[in-house]
Amino acid sequence: MTLLGQFCLWLALFAALWGAGVAFLGRWQDRPDLARSATQSSYGVCAALLVAALCLWKGLLSHDFNIEYVAQYTARNLPTSYVLAAFWAGQKGSLLFWATILSIFGVAAQAMTSRRHEGLLPYVAGVTNVVVAFFVITMIFSASPFERLSFTPEDGRGLNPQLQNPGMTIHPPMLYLGYISITIPFAFAMAALLSRRLDTGWIHAIRKWTLLSWLFLSCGITLGMWWAYVELGWGGYWSWDPVENASLLPWLTMSAFLHSVMIQEKRGMLKRWNVGLIVASFLLSIFGTFITRSGVIASVHSFTQSSVGYFFLGFLVLAAAAAFALLYSRWPLLEPEARLESMASREAAFLFNNLALVGIAFSVLWGTLFPILSEAVQGTKITVGPPFFNRVNIPLGLLLVALTGIGPLIAWRKASPANLRRQFLVPAAAGLLVATVLLALRIRDSYAVAAWALAGFVAGTVGQEFWRGARARHRMHGEPPLLALGRLISRNRRRYGGYIVHLGVITYVCAFAGMAFKVTREVTLAPGESVEMRSPFGHTYRFTHLGVSQYPELNRFVSAASLEVRKDGVSRGRIKSEKRQHRDSFGRNTFEPSTEVGIRSDLREDLYVVYAGSVEGTDRATYAITLNPLVLWVWIGAGILIAGGLVTMWPGGPLIRERRGVGGASEAQAGYEAPLVGAGLGE
Amino acid sequence: MTRREWLRLAALGGTATAALPGGGRRGHGAALFGQGTGQPAAPAPARASPSAPPGAGDKLYDPSVVQERGVATSGDNDPAIKELERRLKCTCGCNLDIYTCRTTDFTCTYSPALHREVLALRGEGKSADGVLAAFTAKYGEQILMAPRPAGFNLAGYLVPGVLITLAGATLAAVLVRRSRRIAALSAASEGGSSALAADPAGQERLRRALADVED
Repeated sequence: MTLLGQFCLWLALFAALWGAGVAFLGRWQDRPDLARSATQSSYGVCAALLVAALCLWKGLLSHDFNIEYVAQYTARNLPTSYVLAAFWAGQKGSLLFWATILSIFGVAAQAMTSRRHEGLLPYVAGVTNVVVAFFVITMIFSASPFERLSFTPEDGRGLNPQLQNPGMTIHPPMLYLGYISITIPFAFAMAALLSRRLDTGWIHAIRKWTLLSWLFLSCGITLGMWWAYVELGWGGYWSWDPVENASLLPWLTMSAFLHSVMIQEKRGMLKRWNVGLIVASFLLSIFGTFITRSGVIASVHSFTQSSVGYFFLGFLVLAAAAAFALLYSRWPLLEPEARLESMASREAAFLFNNLALVGIAFSVLWGTLFPILSEAVQGTKITVGPPFFNRVNIPLGLLLVALTGIGPLIAWRKASPANLRRQFLVPAAAGLLVATVLLALRIRDSYAVAAWALAGFVAGTVGQEFWRGARARHRMHGEPPLLALGRLISRNRRRYGGYIVHLGVITYVCAFAGMAFKVTREVTLAPGESVEMRSPFGHTYRFTHLGVSQYPELNRFVSAASLEVRKDGVSRGRIKSEKRQHRDSFGRNTFEPSTEVGIRSDLREDLYVVYAGSVEGTDRATYAITLNPLVLWVWIGAGILIAGGLVTMWPGGPLIRERRGVGGASEAQAGYEAPLVGAGLGE
Repeated sequence: MTRREWLRLAALGGTATAALPGGGRRGHGAALFGQGTGQPAAPAPARASPSAPPGAGDKLYDPSVVQERGVATSGDNDPAIKELERRLKCTCGCNLDIYTCRTTDFTCTYSPALHREVLALRGEGKSADGVLAAFTAKYGEQILMAPRPAGFNLAGYLVPGVLITLAGATLAAVLVRRSRRIAALSAASEGGSSALAADPAGQERLRRALADVED
């Protein structure tokens, strides 16, 4: 199996190099046969990598502990779902996962792209093949998942207990899918630059890819937050760790692109900026991978330091140099077709929104790299942790939330004062009302009040947009309100899906602000003893220690400490936190004991209980109990955001019906088919 | 890879351990088959001695798999101590602050010791700044979760804000200037459109002005 796997890696490498070579040569010499060969090579690369992936999975499932990777990350008694997930648990397997998925995306890009953009496809195949080749080279020469041991251990080391969580079976792949899929928009951008086809065709070709990538990143980041919250036991979900930051960076630049691309579609402006954002997103995804795998910056999430980091650094530098040189060479071809006319225009609001998003990305990158810079300049090692990031980024985040509400309220090109008054009245009143109520409730955390007030303002904006649109349909077509709302969304998916995404974002913001009020207490309780805590919502919780049970379970020995919970005197059941000592199939302890958090969620607050340990080996237990306000809304916000994203990118709708001859041009999706040449002046 | 290399790699914590908080940290020493090798996973009763005196707690069946903890004190819950510890970094390599580490990673031996150090310094009557200064003197600047806003560190705090403000101000200035020009042009065209239409020189001026705006 390892021989076949290794052979497939070499095969994939040659196919990718061939594909890349003939793609550029074919277009350069205008030879369709070579261009076709490049496109077909993508299928060959994908097939070879799929076989290699199957070889690794076969090794994992058959417990072939002679394979170093299998012995390192699995054990005989590891549940099958985690054996399968071990594929991406380690550095080497995750590289194979990355290359395989990228090759699948490369094939999908070839197969699913409209024939209108056929001219770009050989270059797209060339660029994706270059990236795949890089990953395969890294595996072959530095981190092969098929490396064998000179002996066969009787059992593997097993998967780290903290990775044995359902979240870890899906969080890394989601994040990887986000990182990986950015390559496709990047490949289209490079193809457009190389082929000099710099109209908006390439933008249309990548619209769904960028949304898909952004959605995967959103899911991956949120799942990572959820995993950190339920598994790590520190009572939070975001700690501004360099690896967390690295996942946020491309998400921010992709968010900026998703907004600024509308200006290019509507008005033919910001072409250079948009190409720059796509290039930056791709480079940041590689940068994130470099941080995670190089060990250059200390992080709790990173893989061990290895030579892989040098490969990534080299690739990052080369890719940046090539992309920006190409962009520079095509600079004159990216002239805008119109100019911004007014501060009071949606274009200007989007520009400021882009400034805020890119500004936050820069400040996060700056903070992440500042320890290295400081050491180089001052020779002193420093730490840049959450206090720094919160101080720098919270004001920028609040500015961004404000712009989220302002953008949709302003007309394209230029808004009149009367228009502004009419548009801003309700949202501003909503924001002020929220602020007044919070201040009346004596909430004095200024950031939290500002966050919730701005969230009220954005909710007012979105609510007003839905209300006016649905009311217009109700008046024009006589549709009942709910039907009018449904049709409003389905006929303008991009616009109203975007508004739903905004609702998701403000739900996140409200939940984040809630963390300012969390209450934590450490207590030591003997069985029968109780402790009372008062929550930020004014409830009184009484926790009574019931005792500690110990029992074997699956691949671990569990010590479970239980508390009875009473809320305002009413019993709310039991909550349990565990210590888990994982053991291999021979009953031998593996890893340090890990902690499983006990969580009870409702819409207001989470009870978050951690069994810290016992006093002198008795069932007198020490707990860390946290009352976390509004945490459930983080996950609800994620659901809203993802739903909005899906609405936005859902296929079909009026545009397709129109192409098929059903429906009229008036039903075309807003912003999608706007005239681009000389845009704006004639609108 | 040889047996020796494999065992050494595993003893160092390996990739999976290092990929996580608590994993691959100094002092934790996650060994391949560490901790009581050969210990059986036997079924266990909840308690071994159900008749222990009240308050003292009963012995656990297997205490070795549960971290030893002292009784929580008022110092552990003191908001001022918590706030102070959130500004100091644990030295175990976890990247977390002392408070978060000691209430999260119960295998860490560093954060409880650092916590005791904070309590001792506070006990000596040192102010929060005094404690931070004492820690900085002992462990270096790196012990602070955020660099002091002084000297070169100021660049860390100010550069993002300054750049964003400058970019925003430039953008706003360009937009304001452009909108004023357009407003002036439209006023001129409303007032003298007929005259301009009849006057070739006026038309040339208008063409130049429009070209200027386009640029």
